[in-house]
Amino acid sequence: MKTRLSRHVQGWLLLMPAAILLIAFTHYPTVATVIDSMFSKGTAIRPSRFVGALNYERMLDDPIFWKVLANNAWFALGTIPTSIALAIVMALLVNRSIPGRAMVRMAYFTPTILPMIAVANIWLFFYTPDIGLIDQIATSLGFSGHNWLGDPATVLPAIMVMTIWKEAGFFMIFYLAAMQNIPPELKEASQLEGAGRWYYFRRVMFPLLMPTTLFVLINAVLNSFKLVDHLFVLTKGGPDNASNLLLYYIFETAFSYFETHFAAALTVVLLVLLGIMALLQFFILDKRVHYR
Amino acid sequence: MRKKWKWIGIAMMATMFFMAAVTTGTATELTMYYPVAVGGPLTKIVDGIVADFMKANPDITVKAIYAGNYNDARIKALAALKSGQPAQLSVMFSIDIYELIEQDAIVAFDDVVETAEEKAWLDSFYPTLMENGRTAGKTWGIPFQRSTIVMYYNKDAFRAAGLDPDKPPATWDEMAAMGKKLTKPDGSQWGVMIPSTGYPYWMFGALAMQNGQVLMNGDGNTTYYDDPAVIGALQFWKDLGSKYGVMPTGTIEWGTLRQNFLEGKTAMMWHSTGNLTAVKKNAAFDFGVAMLPASKRRGTPTGGGNFYIFKKTTPAERKAAMRLIQFMTSPQRSAEWSMETGYMGVSPAAYETDALKQYVKGFPYAAVARDQLKYATAELSTYQTGRVRKLLDDAIQAALTGSKTPEAALKEAQKQADRLLKQYR
Repeated sequence: MKTRLSRHVQGWLLLMPAAILLIAFTHYPTVATVIDSMFSKGTAIRPSRFVGALNYERMLDDPIFWKVLANNAWFALGTIPTSIALAIVMALLVNRSIPGRAMVRMAYFTPTILPMIAVANIWLFFYTPDIGLIDQIATSLGFSGHNWLGDPATVLPAIMVMTIWKEAGFFMIFYLAAMQNIPPELKEASQLEGAGRWYYFRRVMFPLLMPTTLFVLINAVLNSFKLVDHLFVLTKGGPDNASNLLLYYIFETAFSYFETHFAAALTVVLLVLLGIMALLQFFILDKRVHYR
Repeated sequence: MRKKWKWIGIAMMATMFFMAAVTTGTATELTMYYPVAVGGPLTKIVDGIVADFMKANPDITVKAIYAGNYNDARIKALAALKSGQPAQLSVMFSIDIYELIEQDAIVAFDDVVETAEEKAWLDSFYPTLMENGRTAGKTWGIPFQRSTIVMYYNKDAFRAAGLDPDKPPATWDEMAAMGKKLTKPDGSQWGVMIPSTGYPYWMFGALAMQNGQVLMNGDGNTTYYDDPAVIGALQFWKDLGSKYGVMPTGTIEWGTLRQNFLEGKTAMMWHSTGNLTAVKKNAAFDFGVAMLPASKRRGTPTGGGNFYIFKKTTPAERKAAMRLIQFMTSPQRSAEWSMETGYMGVSPAAYETDALKQYVKGFPYAAVARDQLKYATAELSTYQTGRVRKLLDDAIQAALTGSKTPEAALKEAQKQADRLLKQYR
């Protein structure tokens, strides 16, 4: 005999495991971080006390914070379009039945499955001046070597190259799956109509790939803020903060300087930035996405 | 029938719990985190020493956990303190002392020692090594893996350049002049490399002291970044690259420096003595180790990790921890540790053991760090040490990459450091 009440209760009980996980690991930490950011750093002599927006004022006065935001903006601008474009190109290349297709797909996907820290240690030796792989190739071709990680002008592009190399394979897989789902009749029809390959890609294939592009774009944006593991090995924030990124700065502040409350303020900024980007993407891009 | 099995099952569980409770009550359990900051299979060596300790002391069990580098070890140990599974003691950076005191995380050894013999033990170490472990009249850290910076040099490269391989440079001018002879114009070999990533403030502490000024005072509340001698030291570091051309300009990577030296990319390198055994095992050429050159005087900071006992411990655990520390820093163990790694023996008695005496006779470079102790000073350590250190690191890297002049960079760093440290004076 199912009363209305017992049905509602059953509904909530079914919802509870997911709700508990979500609240415990997402909503509660977010609220706790916002509250934490309004307290001062506590020590044995002076316990932590409520200071309101003081941490935020300090953050706005901090030149390293602005440098870090600028670096992250450049990093996002550099890695997102490039890795998506590269992923589409790689997917197009392996979509056709070329000989050794499985090997090429695996080769493109290998950077993604390698752990970031191991990869960063290898790239540290790639970028080493004079004895590193890149400098050796450059000198054998006649160019002069360069201190890629030690020059503030080249350190951020060097980090971007490594990140793109790592990410593109991951996005390629999604594009490949989406391309496999496009019916080949469309290609044949467009060829019959006399449309070129580029026209077909621009007007037929790419719009049909929009759902994947939206997903990949969100992932790329998240990664541009999330991927800081290689900084621990390669530059630790780089010559004079030239390669310092927001998440790395938060880690340093929280665990090297023991300033967990200031780090909470920085984390709130990160959350707000990511939230704005997610909203932008969902509302603006959603109109252009054709779902079937 | 089923009820009988249920009660037997419950009885078995109860006896198991009872037995477990009884057995854990007899032994003292210690958990210890330790970092490894130099090359080599050091975790195996630590495990060996700990196993020997447990054999000699069956009433103490020790779990030694490798925790990464100094930063990671501190983070892990403090996180464990806040969780339900605290460690009782750890090896951490010697310069973390003020932060740990501020967090009320450690207990002074003066509060743990009782007998006159134990009190004498506190004074049995090299006094220079104790500088980073003592403040406010108490001892908070006991030296374990300690080092100084030393200059490794490639004797074969010296011979090829027409220099005497047994006369390494003793002054800044000699180093620049010899470096010029050793630097090949095609860039395949540099004269000297001083690393400016990783721990740039540590290398700079040596240069500043050689130029006549240490970087901070003994109370941890004042830094001297904008002293003219300190600015002069940074100018010299920059000049090695930009004026004398004996060192690559820009920053030099700490992690790949040893590889650079072993491959002959640089004829001389400034690095921790903790790398000595790794260099000895892997060098394909004749190499030497010398004290750092002097400007106004010789100088080097000490480096490395100390043992700390945490406050969240019972008196029995503190006693057990102290016995472990006494064992691991005893003359024989310190000698064994020194021979396996290149870190210094931490007490004069360690160098009096037969093992180390023989080793030093056969390989005199193992004693360079010890002989340099009389020119050594404490490593940069103040309150808010992480931030104060980063200010100096950033200033050094800004000057070396040319984005700021040494004077401007250091004056800016001193201004910020003063702001942070004012409240502790």
